[in-house]
Amino acid sequence: MALKIVKGSIDRMFDKNLQDLVRGIRNHKEDEAKYISTCIDEIKQELKQDNIAVKANAVCKLTYLQMLGYDVSWAAFNIVEVMSSSKFTYKRIGYLAASQCFHESTDVIMLTTNQIRKDLSSPNQYDTGVALTGLSCFVTPDLARDLANDIMTLMSHTKPYIRKKAVLIMYKVFLKYPESLRPAFPRLKEKLEDPDPGVQSAAVNVICELARRNPKNYLSLAPLFFKLMTSSTNNWVLIKIIKLFGALTPLEPRLGKKLIEPLTNLIHSTSAMSLLYECVNTVIAVLISLSSGMPNHSASIQVSFSRHAHTFSLKYLGLLAMSKILKTHPKSVQSHKDLILQCLDDKDESIRLRALDLLYGMVSKKNLMEIVKKLMLHVDKAEGTTYRDELLTKIIDICSQSNYQYISILVELTRLEGTRHGHLIASQMLDVAIRVKAIRAFAVAQMATLLDNAHLLTGNTQRNGICEVLYAAAWICGEFSEHLEEPMATLEAMLRPKVATLPGHIQAVYVQNAAKLFATVLRGQEGAPADSTVAQETSQLLIDRLPLFVQSSNLEVQERASCILQLVKYIQKLQQKDVEVAEEVTALFAGELNPVAPKAQKKVPVPEGLDLDVWINEPPSGSESEDEGRKSKGKAVFAKDESRHTKPRYTEVDEKELAKRREVRKAEQANNPFYIKASPSSQKVYQDGVGVEHIPVVQIDLSVPLKVPDQYVKLEEERRERNKADKKKKKDKKKREKGEKGRRRRGDSGPESEEDITPAHMVDIVTEEMPEWIDLRFISPLILLSLSLAPHLQVCDIQGNLQDGSQVVVSVIFENKCDSFIKSMEFNVLDSLNSKLQRPDGAGPHDGLIVPFQLPPGISNEARFIFSVQNIVMPQKLKGTLTFIVKTDDSSTHEKLDFKLHFTCTSYLITTPCYSDAYSKLLESGDLKGCSLKLEGVNQPFHHLLARICFHHHFSVVERIDSCASMYSRSIQGHHMCLLVKTADQTVSIDAKCDEPGLLGNVLDEIKLTFSQC
Amino acid sequence: MMRFMLLFSRQGKLRLQKWYTATAERDKKKMVRELMQVVLARKPKMSSFLEWRDLKIVYKRYASLYFCCAVEEQDNELITLEVIHRFVELLDKYFGSVCELDIIFNFEKAYFILDEFLIGGEIQDTSKKSVLKAIEQADLLQEEDESPRSVLEEMGLA
Repeated sequence: MALKIVKGSIDRMFDKNLQDLVRGIRNHKEDEAKYISTCIDEIKQELKQDNIAVKANAVCKLTYLQMLGYDVSWAAFNIVEVMSSSKFTYKRIGYLAASQCFHESTDVIMLTTNQIRKDLSSPNQYDTGVALTGLSCFVTPDLARDLANDIMTLMSHTKPYIRKKAVLIMYKVFLKYPESLRPAFPRLKEKLEDPDPGVQSAAVNVICELARRNPKNYLSLAPLFFKLMTSSTNNWVLIKIIKLFGALTPLEPRLGKKLIEPLTNLIHSTSAMSLLYECVNTVIAVLISLSSGMPNHSASIQVSFSRHAHTFSLKYLGLLAMSKILKTHPKSVQSHKDLILQCLDDKDESIRLRALDLLYGMVSKKNLMEIVKKLMLHVDKAEGTTYRDELLTKIIDICSQSNYQYISILVELTRLEGTRHGHLIASQMLDVAIRVKAIRAFAVAQMATLLDNAHLLTGNTQRNGICEVLYAAAWICGEFSEHLEEPMATLEAMLRPKVATLPGHIQAVYVQNAAKLFATVLRGQEGAPADSTVAQETSQLLIDRLPLFVQSSNLEVQERASCILQLVKYIQKLQQKDVEVAEEVTALFAGELNPVAPKAQKKVPVPEGLDLDVWINEPPSGSESEDEGRKSKGKAVFAKDESRHTKPRYTEVDEKELAKRREVRKAEQANNPFYIKASPSSQKVYQDGVGVEHIPVVQIDLSVPLKVPDQYVKLEEERRERNKADKKKKKDKKKREKGEKGRRRRGDSGPESEEDITPAHMVDIVTEEMPEWIDLRFISPLILLSLSLAPHLQVCDIQGNLQDGSQVVVSVIFENKCDSFIKSMEFNVLDSLNSKLQRPDGAGPHDGLIVPFQLPPGISNEARFIFSVQNIVMPQKLKGTLTFIVKTDDSSTHEKLDFKLHFTCTSYLITTPCYSDAYSKLLESGDLKGCSLKLEGVNQPFHHLLARICFHHHFSVVERIDSCASMYSRSIQGHHMCLLVKTADQTVSIDAKCDEPGLLGNVLDEIKLTFSQC
Repeated sequence: MMRFMLLFSRQGKLRLQKWYTATAERDKKKMVRELMQVVLARKPKMSSFLEWRDLKIVYKRYASLYFCCAVEEQDNELITLEVIHRFVELLDKYFGSVCELDIIFNFEKAYFILDEFLIGGEIQDTSKKSVLKAIEQADLLQEEDESPRSVLEEMGLA
């Protein structure tokens, strides 16, 4: 035994200590990874020894390696061993390693609870100290719960060293285990008056942080803090207190009035910049909450700002503060315009951007031209493309605020090289030229020059490049050609051979507008008494130049060019016969383009006697089987539609309702980059307003006649669905809305339009009362799902959509049900071998997809995710997570939601119509393998049963004879699936055939499941 | 509350990292890499503050080392700058005109100092003196631990 110890110790003399390791790494710069891997092997050996000193040394080295980015999680247990050493030297290293390496999912943390408790109650204050320090880094909810009491006791420890640590740790404990706040709070409050200044400031710190999260609970402490603020001389504490007041004043305006004076005193007296900044910030907050202007105080802010604006860091903060003042006191900021303009010259881009933001906010009618002029000066010397682009956008934004007279500025802007805002400038030019009649002549003149100098712009031909403006220039010159002074020169400029190097869409506009110009030129020439040869020369010019465009590889250009070429040739012929053609040619392009406001359509009254909801033609009635098919489809669409509105509901919408909807739509559009599509939330509000109770659903009896009109089927179905929903205790409004939406769309499109017929299926979700796991089940091409999730977010609906043989499109509607702003959503799914989420090029296989929008409270939006699926024979479940940041007024938390996506086999089937002769041929071919299924105790009418299969499993009825029907469906990979359904005495037998037996088996299982659920 | 503090060299080598919220290793690495790139790209005469993700970054360069802190949105940038400065002062006092190598070779000591100064992302003690006193005493305790062992004792022969 002794020998072993001796041997271990001798070995140890040759062990590397931390210094050796660091030195070694520095000496092995070329093969660092190799060196470290040998070191790690050594460390592993060392960790196996019994000697705790060796272990501690090894752990110390590991901590260093962890910092370098090597994974040391495998040594977590050894770290715990070292932590529990009785010697402070090792304990200290152990806790350090733990605080660096452990996080919430480290499982050995569970083992540490008792050790930490022991250390907390150690007679040695430094043992307690390291334990507290370590705990502050890796405290988990479990640890917080188990140790809250011990830490609370330490808050009254005799040593201030322990007290202050304990007080600060309590904040972490509150975060992890909020229940501990109530019992601990009185003691925490006591600590505000602790004799030790360190403990006092710790308590201020903690209460300040707590108050920022939830200010209104701490209003009662205001007098105490006020006393502290006026008495304390410790700047660190003062800053915290002032910050706390900043959080409290919005709730209690009287407090603000009281604060202004001591704060202004501090502003004038303090030399500490940080304190000054905090005071200024709080004063701004106070001013905002008071809302009544206090000009002399805001003046003092500016004094302090300009006093210190010379150092670069303060400039940034000053600008930040200014932008806050700007919101409430724009006038007081105006006087600092020159100072802000100076900031545009700053070297730091972030300062320039801040200054730009400020200037943008300051613009008024009076100073617009001045600011724009200054900005234009800056455009020339601006460095950095991002900044210059930002500058450009801002200028354009500013200009468009005032609407008028800025074509020249736009033209000026085009002289800049290397910007990617060509498109924006172009659209602005078009906008102004169309909207403002008075400016057209001027605009046309400018554009003509631009066209003439086109060669200066064509250097940059990439897509958003500046040559985009030529698009606008050509169009404006063509459309408003009557304003041109020398149309002939412009026409020539437009037909230069160089034009052929421009992007296709611009060439197309060139060609088209050359024709318009031609018309104008002709009219000018024929009106004059000059000889007709001039006019013929013009035609000849076009005939000479246009063939260049006819050869273009761009189809649009080619088509337009050859059209116009033929036209011109014809005109020339007429000209040679001395026919006056100008009038007729001009007539080709007659008609003035007037700007129409986006809402203009609404102002047009509906003519009397016109009912937009009435059928224009009676819906066609077909043969019996067709009728059946449509019925089932109709039912499918309305299946879960519990809240049924009658058609003329549009007329019920009152003015208030409209305003409300408009509001919602605006909010939605603001957040939705693709707002053209239907906005679900506006419908939601609408529905809330109208109310569900008025709908006479309840009275409908179950015993409906066999041949029911569509409507009754729907109602019956709804009733049943509602019962089901009640049973499951899932009152999910959203679901109903979604159904509503689907139904309405269906109703609009009419029964004929085939592509819209894909039934919107409602699917039950298996949430199993678990907030964490959501099962997104996936049964049909268009699935609607609603999920009530834990506090913040509702992933509401999933719509699957099948396109080609290996792709599934999943649409997820995210709805924010909480009161906070949600952003940075990332959607990720754990790929299986068979199904993969398609990620953009360059993304790793485990990267999440960023959801391209943010969600303000109550807003919903849709995102689409594409999955590639290889094998469709088996159903699958994919696990996924959605991470997002919930941003409230005073904090932001990172949240995670786990969910499951359930792709059933039926989700790979597409409702495909099949004719009976093709169907019988298919069956005769003998390629299909059979399988059958018996369902007992099905007591619903046969047509309901068929509808259910059609609806849930995407079949279509081929033929139906009495109580026997044949059905057909096709998978996305082209497998045929045929069913023969028979019913007798509540027993349904299904004989099925498919060329893929595995798929067939799974689909039949799913059909069985559907019927066992009802 | 401070979220984390990083010390890294001009060459982009991490010298110290302290996370005040438990973070998974993978995320840590990603954030460190990203942030280093951003900070190192900045020119000397630029503001010490920048907005990054939902955090505010406050950094300052001392000789070859960058001290970089991430604080939450409502926090005071200037006081964070002072925290950094105070930490540098503490290191300076402890090591006696500190240089990068001191921190590399005694990185655990640097952590101990930081832990006495900040805890859970909050300033623990605003007095330099009391922080240094606490460190000294803890070090003394450590030496007591180590000193009584003679060479023979250590070899298990005594």
